[in-house]
Amino acid sequence: MTTEAPMEAQTIFSPELAARFDKLVTLYPVRRSALIPMLLYAQDEQGYVTDAAIREIAQRIGITPLDVRNVLSYYSLLRTKPVGKYHVQVCTNISCMLRGGQKLFEHCKQRLGVGHKETTPDGIFSLEEVECIGACSWAPAVQVNYDFHDNLTADAMDAVLDQYRKQAEK
Amino acid sequence: MPTLVSHPEEVKIVSSRFGKGATDIERYLELDGYQAARTAVEKGADWIITEMKASGLRGRGGAGFPTGMKWSFVPKQSEKPKYVLVNGDESEPGTCKDHLIFLHDPHTVIEGTIIAGLAIGAKMGFIYLRGEYRYLLTIMEKAIADAYAKGFLGKGIFGSQVNFDIVSHTGAGAYEVGEESALMESLEGKRGIPRIKPPFPAVVGLYGGPTVINNAETIATVPHVLRMGGEAYAKIGSERNGGTRLFCLSGHIERPGVYELPMGYNLKKMIYEIGGGIRGGRQLKAVVPGGSSTPVLLPNEIDIGMDFDQVGKAGSMLGSGGVVVLDETVCMVEFALRTIKFYQHESCGWCIPCREGTDWLKKTLTRFHAGAGVAKDIDNIRYLAENMLGRTFCPLGDAAAMPTIAFVKKFRQEFEDHLNGKPCAYAKQTIQEPVLV
Amino acid sequence: MADVTLTVDGKKITAPAGTLLIDACRKAGIEIPAFCYYPGLSLQAACRMCVVRIEKIPKLQTACTTPVAEGMIVATDTDEIKQSRKAMLQLVLANHPLDCPVCDAGGECELQDMTFKYGAADSNFVDVKNHREEQQWSPVVYFDRPRCILCYRCVRVCGEGMDVWALGVQNRGVSSVIAPNGGDHLDCEECGMCIDICPVGALTSGTYRYKTRPWEMTHVGTICTHCGDGCKTTLGMRSSGDGMEIIRGDNRDKSGINGDFLCVKGRYAFDFANHKDRLTQPLLRNAEGKLTPTSWEDALAFAAQRLRKIRDTRGGEQIGIIGSNRTTNEESYLLQKFARSVLGTNNIDHHRTADYVSFAKALAGQEQRAASLRETETAPAILLIGNDPTEQHPMLAWNLRANVRHNRARIYIVNHQEIKLRRQATSFLKISADTYSTCTRFLAGEENSAFGAEATALREALSKEPNLLIVFGAELHGSAIESLVRYGLSLPDTKFACLGDYVNSRGAADMGMYPDMLPGYVPVQQPGAFATEYGERFPAAPGLDLPSMLDAAARGNLAALYVVGSNPVHRYGVAAASLKNTFLIVQDMFLTETALLADVVLPIANLYEKAGTVTNTYGDLQFVKKAADRSGVRTDLELIVRLADKMGADVHSLVPFGQGTRADMGQSRGAQSGEADRHAVWLAAQNLEPKLSPFDPSALLDEIQRLVPGYHFSRLELFSGNDQHVQATAHNTGLVQIVNPAERRDGVLPSEDTLFTSGTLGHYSGKLTEIHDSRNKEILVAAD
Repeated sequence: MTTEAPMEAQTIFSPELAARFDKLVTLYPVRRSALIPMLLYAQDEQGYVTDAAIREIAQRIGITPLDVRNVLSYYSLLRTKPVGKYHVQVCTNISCMLRGGQKLFEHCKQRLGVGHKETTPDGIFSLEEVECIGACSWAPAVQVNYDFHDNLTADAMDAVLDQYRKQAEK
Repeated sequence: MPTLVSHPEEVKIVSSRFGKGATDIERYLELDGYQAARTAVEKGADWIITEMKASGLRGRGGAGFPTGMKWSFVPKQSEKPKYVLVNGDESEPGTCKDHLIFLHDPHTVIEGTIIAGLAIGAKMGFIYLRGEYRYLLTIMEKAIADAYAKGFLGKGIFGSQVNFDIVSHTGAGAYEVGEESALMESLEGKRGIPRIKPPFPAVVGLYGGPTVINNAETIATVPHVLRMGGEAYAKIGSERNGGTRLFCLSGHIERPGVYELPMGYNLKKMIYEIGGGIRGGRQLKAVVPGGSSTPVLLPNEIDIGMDFDQVGKAGSMLGSGGVVVLDETVCMVEFALRTIKFYQHESCGWCIPCREGTDWLKKTLTRFHAGAGVAKDIDNIRYLAENMLGRTFCPLGDAAAMPTIAFVKKFRQEFEDHLNGKPCAYAKQTIQEPVLV
Repeated sequence: MADVTLTVDGKKITAPAGTLLIDACRKAGIEIPAFCYYPGLSLQAACRMCVVRIEKIPKLQTACTTPVAEGMIVATDTDEIKQSRKAMLQLVLANHPLDCPVCDAGGECELQDMTFKYGAADSNFVDVKNHREEQQWSPVVYFDRPRCILCYRCVRVCGEGMDVWALGVQNRGVSSVIAPNGGDHLDCEECGMCIDICPVGALTSGTYRYKTRPWEMTHVGTICTHCGDGCKTTLGMRSSGDGMEIIRGDNRDKSGINGDFLCVKGRYAFDFANHKDRLTQPLLRNAEGKLTPTSWEDALAFAAQRLRKIRDTRGGEQIGIIGSNRTTNEESYLLQKFARSVLGTNNIDHHRTADYVSFAKALAGQEQRAASLRETETAPAILLIGNDPTEQHPMLAWNLRANVRHNRARIYIVNHQEIKLRRQATSFLKISADTYSTCTRFLAGEENSAFGAEATALREALSKEPNLLIVFGAELHGSAIESLVRYGLSLPDTKFACLGDYVNSRGAADMGMYPDMLPGYVPVQQPGAFATEYGERFPAAPGLDLPSMLDAAARGNLAALYVVGSNPVHRYGVAAASLKNTFLIVQDMFLTETALLADVVLPIANLYEKAGTVTNTYGDLQFVKKAADRSGVRTDLELIVRLADKMGADVHSLVPFGQGTRADMGQSRGAQSGEADRHAVWLAAQNLEPKLSPFDPSALLDEIQRLVPGYHFSRLELFSGNDQHVQATAHNTGLVQIVNPAERRDGVLPSEDTLFTSGTLGHYSGKLTEIHDSRNKEILVAAD
């Protein structure tokens, strides 16, 4: 069932990403191993994993869209709804909590005017309280998209947000 | 960028190249890089395993299984291909050591993977990084490409007849995938649900082939062990606990950071001398010695050597090396809640006790901390945790249950104080303080 | 495998090495509770209910994943284990809604039973349960998420068992949820296995939900009336205004030939019995040519009088009889006996869906060569030529898949279509639809021209199979079957199965519903014992087959046609005008295309409303119990007997009743008093009559057993509900000599039913029609 190698002419992804996917499925002993990276890269390009992406990825791997959804819904980084251009992920797990992570999250809520898993009306920022991101010795830490910002204070956080806003407005 | 720290008491082995530009392959080679792998290619599997066994190196992921022994379990003959799998899904709260290894010394991981492959006769290795470490994946991808370009990977590595390939791979957010069989499922493109054991990975692992799976720190240590000799490495640590370990000091401590210290290093000394003591000169309240799943220790329990056996004797576990320090301002109910909230979020949901147990612990603790607790809650929290312990499908249930039992047992008075709608005296203190220093 | 001995709760038990501890314990009568463990499906170790203590192992172990080992010492009933199980139940119940009073599963719920046993009624939880609204996933599948305990049985039975893979698990942790493949709905075969296998009331049936409480129903295990596999189905009935209404079909007790399997038809398509168009009064065509209700007396008297007159004035050869694929063996036997001994004609036939005659002929003289349906689950290798079991023989398909999964059986498929079972096949040979006989001859080595490299490879592979089971569909008939059987017999220990379409197609053939074949494939020209049994009216020459009868009618050469449970006008595309000169009697449940043309219409009971036996297409004889009831209808058996009686025939020689238990009900005093009476009570409880009435099928079963070659079986087993494999060809081989085979036409017309159709009955099943339509709608939408 999984041995079919269907490659349709059209793709919903950029030529670069499509080429990357073509290669990715050949790196592993089974095509399906490429599933999770593909979903993540598709999300990076399109903001979230769209229905069309699910269909195309299922087809590229040779599994059913249900299989893809089963896997996709398991992983917390993958999402099926859009978020802001800059997704602010504030860690509040123990090491960060002890150094004010919770407070930092509250601060971000106020500053951005949105709550957990919400997006600002202009679509620039979205906010999420996340579990440990592996920056415990440099707590409190925040990830904006994939960029780490650590040893944060409220002021430092504001500066970080301002910087992204400027970038967005460019 | 994570700040690097240093202390004279440190014995820098795994961290010896941190901050020295070793991501560049030329620089890595200048710093004695790929020497161990070259020697391993010449001397062969038996030599590698002998040295590894002599080193007393125990798995740095948390379980502490002797690495040399683990490798020797892989059958020599196998119909199916064998694999080396590097677990870089570092997700245990309080732990950030692999983060630094991937950031500063990716080639050691590659080198260690090659050596492990030689030891078990695998032709392929995978380095699995958690999805959050995307910038580290980019570093790793470049390092792998450079190693291929030098002929250290691919066909005929180091000019020998041996072939070895490495693929770096990203996860997408799941603590549970840190469990070895769940990691294999994830790498096969499935939900990160652990597998039924036996069979164990050494016999039936990735793609059904015999598989060695090691923590990234363990793998990064391997080239150093071969370079310095197993016995010499063993001598650095304590009895039956060879070598050094990266300890991640975090929480209410003056100088948090990742320090490399010999196994068996005294915890109290670690906190007060290496870490500079409790922040702001406050009183120590508790220490979580090895990541959030290890039972909390009281101040009078920390005069112990940090190795697998001594911490075990003290009723906790060495775990992943994440030392989280709590001062007197912490509300232990809140801390217990935050801990369980994590496990509730990360439970894969496969088995009843973990799926339901973590959720009801979270619900009960949330309400309890908010001041709506009832007397039977305290015993019920403990009852729930005790009935999860040892009965779940995989160790995640234990990881949630063990600290919870310890919190209730060791801080019962604080739980009692939360009853009857009393506001949280402890948290109030925490909240009022200007935490954002 | 060698046996190992272990100790469980101080008791020494023995089990084959490799057996799972849970199975070994259960077999030894030691109960181990489990939600996720389900025999035949993959292991999960998720519910943690089956934990046991094994000596020398520090933690409790799951009995469902632990193989037995020599000397193992196990405890299953200690306080520690009881507490652990109780805690699991408390955790499940923490979120599981306690809406048992309205839940469909209430009273039949494994969670209720376990809670009762382990006493997890007390709860210390005070927080709010997670709630979600119920969802409808298909016309028949509803999902009530909060009730779901995530045992994953449904996911596995759908994927592993059915090879449909329509259910998945999504999200994680406490948000984990069973999800259908269509996002908010199911695209599947609607078999309902997921509903049946659900240990709680999370998946419920669209036909049954909120209709009743299980204890308000009476349950009768009988045989499904649809396809030729003949699955056992347990019908749940409740009394209604005009009888006993069926409200549920399942086979949860796993009794019978099909284990717990039922397909969409077996599970839901019983509702034709309640269709508003069902006939409950006899109809007579009046002077204005309109069918109008009349009394039984008038209808039967009129029909009998006309038949008698035609027989006596124009001869029995002017009368034709068309029988049914869904009547019992007793009825089919009686119908042909009535034709031959009362009407004096051999003009009897039925809609033939497989060439059983050629099959019988080819196997003449062979013993133990026809395979039971049960063997399709155990045979090490199977050659499947033609047919699409997934659509036409769902139980066979289920068995073949299970056989591959559990025994790594090798399945070799030859077909002109890419049938779904090819996914389980070792090899799949695609041929064109018109080359089945060439292909068969090629396999048999009787074809000189080459048939391609794949066919050669197949022949090569088959030559290495010592225990091949050859299953073939209606694509093969006549000499092709003979070639195939010859080929099979050249291999060691080969067995065969011939696939026909309806529940008693095989029985109709075995019971001699042919113009040229008597029961047991005894040729009419060599009737043997039948000559004396069937009396002086029994004609010596073969009669007309079904198409010939219709032709004769069109030419005005058939004065009467008696159609029992068949719809030839629709099936054979008969023009209404061609029957205008034929006196037509139709027995049916509905005013079918044929019944509309009739002069007399007699409303009948269906298979769920009568007792008797049926023979599935593999030759498994099974007991049909009367389950439902409908006022205003009669069984075919009763109507044939009454017609014969009204015609002045000797009913006693037609039905040998009154020869079993006599009216003397035993001693009236002493220790044995009432013995026969108790027997009579038992018979009544089984809906059998003590052979005192001419409508008693068991009297006819006596005659079948006495006269039909190969119908040897144990009544004890049969009446206990066990299938009995009979081979109507294996004995009295001297009798099975078909005269002039070259002139004989096999007349096979496959019904080409799918999973969602079932001949005429299918049209009257509201649920089947609804499912069929909803699927077509989806296909149309998808095509847009």
